[in-house]
Amino acid sequence: MPEWLLPVIAPFIVLNAIIGIVTYVTLLERKFAARMQSRIGPYRVGPHGLLQPIADAVKLMMKEDIVPDAADRPVYNLAPIVFLAPCMFIFATIPFAPGLGVADLNIGILFFLAISAMEIVGLFMAGWGSNNKYALLSAMRAVNQVISYDLPFIFSALTPVLLAGSLRLSDIAAAQDGLWFVFYPVIGQLAFIFFIVSTVAAENRAPFDILEAESELVAGFRVEYSGMKFALIQLGEYAHILGASFLGALLFLGAWSGPGPEWLGPAWFLLKAMFIFLLVTWVRWSFVRIRVDQILALSWKALLPMTLLLLIATAFVVVWRHSGVA
Amino acid sequence: MSPAATPARVELDYAGSERLTMNMGPQHPSAHGVFRAVLTLEGETVIDVEAVIGYLHRCHEKLAETLTYAQYPSIASKTDYVAAMTSEFAYVRAAETIGKIEVPKRAEYLRVLVSELQRVASHLLWLGTWCMDMGGALGGGATIFLYTIRERELILDLFESLVGARLLYGFFQVGGVRYDLPDGWATACRETVDVLEGRISEYERMLEDNPFFMARAEGVGVISRELAEEVGISGPLLRGSGVAYDLRRADPYSAYADFDFRVPVESSGDCLARYRVRMVEFRESLKIVRQVLDTLPEGPVSSRPGLKSVAQTRIPQGEAYARIEGPRGEVGCYLIADGKAKPYRMKWRGASFSNLAVLPHIIPGHKVSDVVAIMGSVDPVFGEVDR
Repeated sequence: MPEWLLPVIAPFIVLNAIIGIVTYVTLLERKFAARMQSRIGPYRVGPHGLLQPIADAVKLMMKEDIVPDAADRPVYNLAPIVFLAPCMFIFATIPFAPGLGVADLNIGILFFLAISAMEIVGLFMAGWGSNNKYALLSAMRAVNQVISYDLPFIFSALTPVLLAGSLRLSDIAAAQDGLWFVFYPVIGQLAFIFFIVSTVAAENRAPFDILEAESELVAGFRVEYSGMKFALIQLGEYAHILGASFLGALLFLGAWSGPGPEWLGPAWFLLKAMFIFLLVTWVRWSFVRIRVDQILALSWKALLPMTLLLLIATAFVVVWRHSGVA
Repeated sequence: MSPAATPARVELDYAGSERLTMNMGPQHPSAHGVFRAVLTLEGETVIDVEAVIGYLHRCHEKLAETLTYAQYPSIASKTDYVAAMTSEFAYVRAAETIGKIEVPKRAEYLRVLVSELQRVASHLLWLGTWCMDMGGALGGGATIFLYTIRERELILDLFESLVGARLLYGFFQVGGVRYDLPDGWATACRETVDVLEGRISEYERMLEDNPFFMARAEGVGVISRELAEEVGISGPLLRGSGVAYDLRRADPYSAYADFDFRVPVESSGDCLARYRVRMVEFRESLKIVRQVLDTLPEGPVSSRPGLKSVAQTRIPQGEAYARIEGPRGEVGCYLIADGKAKPYRMKWRGASFSNLAVLPHIIPGHKVSDVVAIMGSVDPVFGEVDR
């Protein structure tokens, strides 16, 4: 295989794998939620409902694509793609096993956090371009919330960076060879909890899903979208949460380390990411949604100062341990 | 006049921010039927609300004039379809008051029994939908909704084996009730009551230990005692605002004087107080059901059994107002009879209709998210509002 072909093939494979996983992650969530609610969940399409995501995708593709008359057409049509792109880009720097990834940048985590924060642009475009009051209100909330929660999200993700002493994601994973960062005394557990909370909020999942808030804003920013555009937004949302789950598994749960031969690494990684995903799903299906002012208060008054303090404390611990060794 | 001379009207408040008029309903996920609230917003804060009703008007009162006393009870259940037994009860009591018709004791006990089971079923639906308003159909609210629906199903099963219908019953008739308990029903009912009691404690643990739920319910939508009395709300709303007024106690009808139960009162008047009142009412209703089953007397279930035609029940000339305590408050039926097989005129007093009147007083100043929480805590059923 010529050398130049690799940068073309690798993203192609990753992209398709991610879309495949995302499709089935929706089934996983639906089954999991159904068990929580003493239901069965999707069951009719294929054995145990295993073909349900395919049926959903086909259904969404066949749907009529409706553009409201009063919509700002270019913005409205562009929004799903602008929303989806960053949600897919975040997988670029994640190594799925040692040396198995699209691009193991030396500033991998920085790239991840920066790109992941860009989804707000697509969100706002969707809310604004729809020219719908529910969508507009939702876009307004989106800007409020995502900006408020990206900071604690970043700070809690930076704690493992300090512990590992590198911004390269594969280095962070390698640094947890002996001890997963979630088991690092006190700091690890606190950072993990903060990470989960701010992931839930930054991904707009219930109980922080005030953007979607279907009991108030019907469906929020995507109320006017249908068919494939709706599917793209949905895909982006789940890809984003999947990316955050992979990041969590990499930062705190030791990425691909696990018993068994080395080639099982990616499977372990996926398993850990699914664990974080189910943790977030569990939270989603057991809490009622909180109000916009309460969400902002939680971020700025509690989460932000606490993650910042934790980051500073981690820095002190790291410096102290290094000087102790030297 | 040129178009430029009529600019779009933009109202500005003291801070200079633009106001937005948002239409919630009549087709809206949390409209509890077909309710339209025209909200005026300043950012997220609601400064004015206009309630528009009437989308579910079905001419119930006119319809009552065209149906006989034997036919209408099963139509009466369609006013408040969440608590169908309640409206039937009010109608037949009005007719019995005018006609001075005696009701056998066993029938009175059975009426109390189904009314209390209906109250539990209705409150279960309220708890589920209210949490869904706050928590979303794609979130924790839906989980509670599905739990309460599961338990409501148990009561509907009981009704099904008693009446044959699950939602709209036609169980009441002038002079008694239509059916006696089938074999084994009492045992099944006792088992259900035991299950429900455990499940209600489960909900309480699930909700009250949940800081997010408390944050959404506490201090939201406060109805002061003065406001409650002035607007004329009734039921759990009134008791949540510190007024100990329950028709079952204040004006004991049917066989309620025979049973021992507590009327819960909370003083804070917010959504949490209304929630607490209803949670106690669950238990008190189940307590009444147990007492009825323990002391159910033998005898006929109707003073006029074996009706051969729907027009056979005739009520002498006269008028009466009968009121009962439904799950949502005072349900009243005003009936004028003229000696024929059909009433001359009928008027409903829907509890939800009167309770809705409090919304414009309490919603302004709250956030958009609180509007649905408050509306859910008022528990309106639009079949009863519009009739």
